[in-house]
Amino acid sequence: MQRERSWAGNRSRLPRVTTTDTGVDSLADVTSSEDRLRRFLLGLPGVDQVGAEARAAALSTRSIKTTAKAYALDLAIQMIDLTTLEGSDTPGKVRALCAKAKRPDPADPTAPQVAAVCVYPDLVATAKFELRGTGINVASVATAFPSGRSSLAIKQQDTRDAVAAGADEVDMVIDRGAFLSGRYGLVFDEIAAIREAAGDTHLKVILETGELVTYDNVRRASWLAMLAGADFIKTSTGKVSPAATLPVTLVMLEAVRDYHEATGLHIGVKPAGGIRTAKDAIKYLVTVNETAGPDWLDPELFRFGASSLLNDLLMQRTKLATGNYPGPDYFTLD
Amino acid sequence: MGRFEYAPAPESRAIVDIKSSYGLFINGAFTEATDGKPFKTVSPASEEVLAEVSEAGPADVDKAVRAARRAYEKVWGPMAGRDRAKYLYRIARLIQERSRELAVLESLDNGKPIRESRDVDLPLVAAHFFYYAGWADKLEYAGAGVDPRPLGVAAQVIPWNFPLMMLAWKIAPALAAGNTVILKPAETTPLTALAFAEICQQADLPPGVVNIITGAGRTGQALVEHEGVDKVAFTGSTAVGRAIAKSVAGTDKKVTLELGGKAANIVFEDAPIDQTIEGIVNGIFFNQGHVCCAGSRLLVQESVYDEVLARLKRRMGTLRVGDPLDKNTDIGAINSADQLARIRELSQVGEDEGSERWSPECELPTQGFWFPPTVFTGVSQAHRIAREEIFGPVLSVLTFRTPAEAVEKANNTPFGLSAGVWTEKGSRILWMANQLRAGVVWANTFNRFDPTSPFGGYKESGYGREGGRHGLEAYLAH
Repeated sequence: MQRERSWAGNRSRLPRVTTTDTGVDSLADVTSSEDRLRRFLLGLPGVDQVGAEARAAALSTRSIKTTAKAYALDLAIQMIDLTTLEGSDTPGKVRALCAKAKRPDPADPTAPQVAAVCVYPDLVATAKFELRGTGINVASVATAFPSGRSSLAIKQQDTRDAVAAGADEVDMVIDRGAFLSGRYGLVFDEIAAIREAAGDTHLKVILETGELVTYDNVRRASWLAMLAGADFIKTSTGKVSPAATLPVTLVMLEAVRDYHEATGLHIGVKPAGGIRTAKDAIKYLVTVNETAGPDWLDPELFRFGASSLLNDLLMQRTKLATGNYPGPDYFTLD
Repeated sequence: MGRFEYAPAPESRAIVDIKSSYGLFINGAFTEATDGKPFKTVSPASEEVLAEVSEAGPADVDKAVRAARRAYEKVWGPMAGRDRAKYLYRIARLIQERSRELAVLESLDNGKPIRESRDVDLPLVAAHFFYYAGWADKLEYAGAGVDPRPLGVAAQVIPWNFPLMMLAWKIAPALAAGNTVILKPAETTPLTALAFAEICQQADLPPGVVNIITGAGRTGQALVEHEGVDKVAFTGSTAVGRAIAKSVAGTDKKVTLELGGKAANIVFEDAPIDQTIEGIVNGIFFNQGHVCCAGSRLLVQESVYDEVLARLKRRMGTLRVGDPLDKNTDIGAINSADQLARIRELSQVGEDEGSERWSPECELPTQGFWFPPTVFTGVSQAHRIAREEIFGPVLSVLTFRTPAEAVEKANNTPFGLSAGVWTEKGSRILWMANQLRAGVVWANTFNRFDPTSPFGGYKESGYGREGGRHGLEAYLAH
């Protein structure tokens, strides 16, 4: 499988304005003032909570077996952003994680590599060195992760540091306080400023949906982030409960689908935190397939922010190939 | 990347044990029919013969009515409500224990997807028996007088669209209220009712309390016209319902009829769009559209018509039509060749009358009875497909401009079973619900059922209510 690893110049950051497509015209227009942006976001169709959750539950009943399961397990492994975001992280810990990213299953060289390793900015250089020549990206959280409670200048510097250290992808957080108090323009400007600071580096925008709470907010924040230049929209930091849920991811997938319809641009989605089993991961892939469509079944457009998920995927993969479950001790704990 | 093709995931048939032939369940035992010829029941997905079933003739009907009378007078009528409740709870638990088997059997005989028989039909069947078990010793609080009495012997005739669920809707309240029953399942779907007869045996239900007799229209007619019957309950077509109402006129039999529908599913411009699309799909394609309360007339506000249609068509493209026993199937087989012919005929009428017909690309199996999910646009109130019940996966789309016009169009039908309203505006939901002449009005959802909620129709959709406290009244004298 051939995968492009660089996003530089892949997509234009803002919807292209053309005279033939009124949808694109009107979208470029909505960001021209805070008032217009606000009216646009508040004018998005509502999300019925009961209906959205029922749809996610119905998609969860799909039964993925044999060849379909083998495809899904390998795809899920390739979509993982293998993550460590702890105060106790050390170069040693990151080196171990990188080794695992390169060869997830020590007993089976056919197991695919993960998409990226995700660390704090100060450990980007370590990860970058360990992953040189592998095609695996280094993702760095930034912008005063996870709370985002700092000045814009510090957030920009945080981003520039991560990029300077070699990060291929930057995972920023939005200002949830500003969003919840209705200051959409502030959130927009901040994402745009980080977009600027990140340059051509791939930008993932974390909405922290566990703090936004309602699906209406999730839909608005998704559109806000896409309009401000996100390459990916991401559910959570993993530091707030609940982290990723299937209905939240469903609403975000609907948003990227509709944005694509309006602009022709593909924006990625990354559920992060709380996805621990292969079974859960497959439910997400089914939801991607039947909501945004097969285009999004690609590590360039869908990622899992996870750590323990990888071992369960590997275990199910071995089970499918050999008929036996190896014990957990056959998989590494980094 | 490759495509995510779901591999076949068939539910195993091994769990069901279908006998080659079945007798009639009368007075607690399976007995040979004395008159009438046996007939075959087939799987609509493959046309494979599943079993041979007996046709009950007038002599068998008489035997069943007498057994029910005896059981009513000697055992079930005099029994304390709390003891009747114990039997009903036992039946409910046995249904839960055997739910996988019953779901597979239902999908085989009816053609509905296993996802629905497993996740909708069977849980509701068990819930219905649990709910009415709870009422059996509390009848004086049901609002039917201080000392409500059972009616006696109930003749119940049910359709093929939800065979076991319709059985539960009929039998559970009747038994809770102290009546005994003779139930006739539809001739194309008798197998789960016969399995239910086994469950009655397993539960040690006294002989004659539940009798299951099989056959077609003639058997049903003999049953409802039998002199020994105190109560007739029917769910099915408006034409047969009319015939039943005529035949019992002038007798002291009580009647409840749950007949056809042509429900309006009304979408306003401020609707939660993605959930609305799901609701439209669930409203008309659930159970292949074989639903009396199906949302078969979609009324869309003109300002969002293009968007709704585009999204609906995209969503219809992801529906999976095929083997009912595959766990990933969304739309199964049409129940019978006759029904398929009717759907085809009315669809042809739709085209001939000038409506535009659209179906997503989908490969239909060569064996069995199949019809693709279909939407007709450019439909007006004058078209037959906007007025007649098609009872298949066929949606007619109309438009409206104002809430008043939506109400006018929704009510402009001889039916009145259900309706759906999609809007984020709470006040409009309440206003619409007051204006709509339909027994059930769903708001921002469709085709949701619960045993505690009464269900029934206005106008030609029938009379009487099933479910909830109201459902008991149909089986109580006061």
